[in-house]
Formats: sequence, structure tokens, C-alpha cells
Amino acid sequence: MIQAVGEDALLISFGDAIDSALPGQIAALCQRIEALELPWLVDLVPSYTTLLVIYDPVAVNVFEARARLRPLIDSQPETIGPATNAQQGRLIELPVYYSQETGPDLAWMAEHTGLSSQQIIERHTAETYQVYAIGFAPGFGFMGQVDPSIACPRKDTPRTQVPAGSVGIANRQTAVYPKASPGGWQLIGRCPTQLFDEVNLSLLRVGDKVRFVAIGKDEFLAQGGQL
Amino acid sequence: MKELGAISSELRAISPTLRVLSPGIKATVQDQGRQGIRHHGLARGGVLDLRSAAWANKLLDNERNAACVEIVLGGFQAEALSACEVSVTGARADVTVNGKPVGMWQSLQLAPGDKLAIGHSRNHRLIYLAVRGGFKTREWFGSHSVVEREALEGAGPLQAGDLLPAGSHEPIQGAPRIAPPQAWQWLEQSPVLGLIPGYQHHQFRSADLRRLVTSQYQVSDDSDRMGYRLAGSPMADPPPGIVSEGIIPGAVQIPGDGQPIALLADCQTIGGYPKPGVIASLDCGLLAQQLPGSEITFEWTDTLTAQNRRRLFERQYQQTVWSENGRSPHWR
Repeated sequence: MIQAVGEDALLISFGDAIDSALPGQIAALCQRIEALELPWLVDLVPSYTTLLVIYDPVAVNVFEARARLRPLIDSQPETIGPATNAQQGRLIELPVYYSQETGPDLAWMAEHTGLSSQQIIERHTAETYQVYAIGFAPGFGFMGQVDPSIACPRKDTPRTQVPAGSVGIANRQTAVYPKASPGGWQLIGRCPTQLFDEVNLSLLRVGDKVRFVAIGKDEFLAQGGQL
Repeated sequence: MKELGAISSELRAISPTLRVLSPGIKATVQDQGRQGIRHHGLARGGVLDLRSAAWANKLLDNERNAACVEIVLGGFQAEALSACEVSVTGARADVTVNGKPVGMWQSLQLAPGDKLAIGHSRNHRLIYLAVRGGFKTREWFGSHSVVEREALEGAGPLQAGDLLPAGSHEPIQGAPRIAPPQAWQWLEQSPVLGLIPGYQHHQFRSADLRRLVTSQYQVSDDSDRMGYRLAGSPMADPPPGIVSEGIIPGAVQIPGDGQPIALLADCQTIGGYPKPGVIASLDCGLLAQQLPGSEITFEWTDTLTAQNRRRLFERQYQQTVWSENGRSPHWR
């Protein structure tokens, strides 16, 4: 379904509910649109269930833009069933130093979930996550789904300063803060990998898959992690 | 004295043209914003009032997308370090060169040592300062626009002592230019903002939608380049949040308290608040120009009308030519 948004965007919807099959499909459509090198294309913003296509309204009107995109959507590969290889995305491993000193909410989460810190870490690293959206801040990837047993609500009062690299959980989502910023997610560890820089931009893309790998303090520091 | 960010080596050859003596409350370098980067979580950025910025450039034969200084509420002062031509557009304010009053919406010649002072704006918020050739400050992602909230290295508001290089030191030909009335007349109109209904429109209660276009909203103090919070008769029963999706400047979000937030150039790239519609791009500039406490109203419009208004503006702008005396530009 394609709908006009304001005077310079079209929103393509892939479904109503969050579904791990959608990011791959959305990323594949992004690639197909980019391949056309449309001179009026300004930006593509994929998110959980949608792709926002931003165009130059002086170069094309809403009918032309929609007509150009329609055939791509109609010929999308089967939307039900297993993803094709092209839709699989990359698998990215992110090292995390899980500890009380880098994960100040581990103790609270243990109390909240009735699990030990070690069990929380094991469940967080057991899952392969899907990158559903990039937003909030440059390079901030919203990933899911976190195992229900370690899903925790956001903090009632957000922290004014979350250190760069902090790994957090909010309900069934997890993310790494690319930069120090205010934030309300429950922090369980810290990742030494740069998630955003001005040359390579965001490390994560919608459609990528991510696994977290537990590392020790020495390795965290050796990889450039900051305490 | 510090240079504004790391200016690339090829631009280093260009000597600085203006030195900021006082930035006022806030001033940032802006062009039309960035392209092709929003999927990285980077904002579009760019001038809030596209018409005033475009005319500031037009007066100097600059490219449409040349970088200007966007000055919030005035109070900006600068000294020319070399001969240059500038223009000041947007919110009305007293402008002087070496203490002598000069006009807005016209080209101005500055000699080395001249001091340009822009007073405090009266009825509106944003003033644009352009220089012949555009300001050649550092670029991020192909744009000169500064998005303060991203806290990128070197990307902040202007400070006293900052040096601003211009892209050209060649004077424009002929007499000083004066912008035609259509360049600024719209700014004096009462702020009625065209709202293009969004696809979530039908999820709102009809009484709440009527309220949106029949009540007056006040621009709150909590208004910046990310968005303006509006205060008025709140929606009684806005729909619940949605799965976060891409959002654009101009989108009107309704959070749980029922008071609209109009998103602007530096807004986030995705969001989950329900949206009854999106403000037409020209009217985003009219909203951005309103001072805290000013009242605005919404009226429904549609995508094609908004697109045609935008195209008409661009057509008039592109086709305005300057006659030799600079004073009677006409629309071909």
C-alpha cells in the first residue's frame, strides 16, 4: 500500500505489526529503488513495517512519483514464506563487556526478572536480532526481539547522560547508544565498536542481523572500549 | 580567533570574508539541508524559512542552495575582512553598516573593516544573512547545514570570533538589487497553515479534527529547530501511538496530552506519535517565523495544492530577472 505523506513523501506499508520477516523485504525494496537512480529521489527511511520515500516535489508530483514506484512494489518477491538470500542482510557481531561497571541496571533487572545477571547475559547473547529501524540518534539501531524473560520497561526517569557504547534493553528491543546522550533504556553492558562515524555513517542498516558476543574487560579495553 | 570547523585545503585558499563579532541568541549556517542520509538516523537540517533564505541568495545571484547564516531573533554583528556583498532578509529588524541604517531585502556592499549590525527582530523570529558566492564553511554529508542536536565534531552555532569565508569576491553587475514585494509580503500575512491530511487522519475523532482547524494555537516557548510545540484546545481523544515510521519536517504529531507538535528541519527521522497531517512546505517557513506566544491556525489543504504552491514559488523565483537599475525586477 502506498500513501501520500505531505507534499514530498510516500509511505509504503508492508504490514501492521512488527514482524521479523519485514526488514529484509523493506531493505530489498530500498535496494531496488536505489538501483533506479531516480533523479528526484531525496531520501529513503525504512522502519519496522514501512518505507518512507522522500522525493523532490518540484521535480515530480505525487502521481508521477507513485506511478514510478508502483511496479516495483507489485513485483516484490513473495511476501510470505522464508526470506531469499538477497533479503537475509548481513550478520554483524557486536562484542559487549557485560558487567556491573558497564551495565548499571543489571542488578535491578535481575531483581525485576528473577534471573541472575549471568542468565540475563546468556539470554541476551543467545538471540540473533533483526535491525528494525535506525533513528533517535545517528547510527542508533532498534533491534529485536529480546527474549520475553529479560524484557524490561524503560526507566521511569531517563538518565541525562548514557555513556557511548552502552547496550540497553527497552521492552523487547535492544540497542547500542552510538554516542553519549540522554536515554531511558536499561543498561546491561558496553560495546567497544564504533556504531557511527562521519565517514562510514551508520554501521547498522535496516535488514541486518546482529549477535552480541560477551567479552571480558581486557578485550573490551584492547578494542578501544572506554570505562 | 578560530576557524569554523576544519575548512578543507582547497577552501583555505579563500580568505575569510566576515568575522563574527556577536552571534546574538543563536545563529547557525544552513543551506537547503542534506540528502540521502536519513536512513542513518541523520536529520535533514536546512533553513527553516526557505523563501527568505532563497531570496537572500537571489539578491546576490547565488545558487539556490548556497549556505546562509540563520539568525534567531537578531542581535548578530560581523565585521567585513575583505570587500564583499551581502543581503539580509527574513524577520524585520534594524540593520546598520557602521551605524548607518541600511535596508533589508536588498544587496549591500561592504568594504574591509565595515561593521554590519542586525538588531533584534520585532514581529518574527528568523533573519537570513547571505554573502555573494555563499558561505563556504565546513560541509557534513554534502551540506553546510549545522544540526546542533547531533553534536557532530565542530558542528555548532556560530560564536564570536568565527571566520566565515565567502565563495566569491566578484561584485554583482549593475546597481544594488531590491527584492520585489512578493519576496516578503507573505510574511506579513496572518499565519494560517495549510495542513495536508495524512493517512492516519481517519483514526482521529471527527470532533478532534474539527478542533484542530477551528481553534487557535499558541507557539510555545518550547520551540526550536526540531519542532514547535503548540498550545491550544487539546484533542480530547487522540489515537494511540503507532509502530515508529519515517517522519518528515512539517509533520504534526499528537502526543498523549493532545497538544500538537509541528516538526521542523532538525526533527528525528522516525517517530511513533499519531499524525493528523503534514504542514505544506511554504507554511512551515511561516510557522517557523512565529515568535513564542504568537497564534496560528490550521486549514485543510491537499497534496497537489501544496505542490502547486511550492512550484509556483520556485517558478517565480527562478524567473525573476533583475533590470539594470536593480529596482524593478520583473517576472518573465
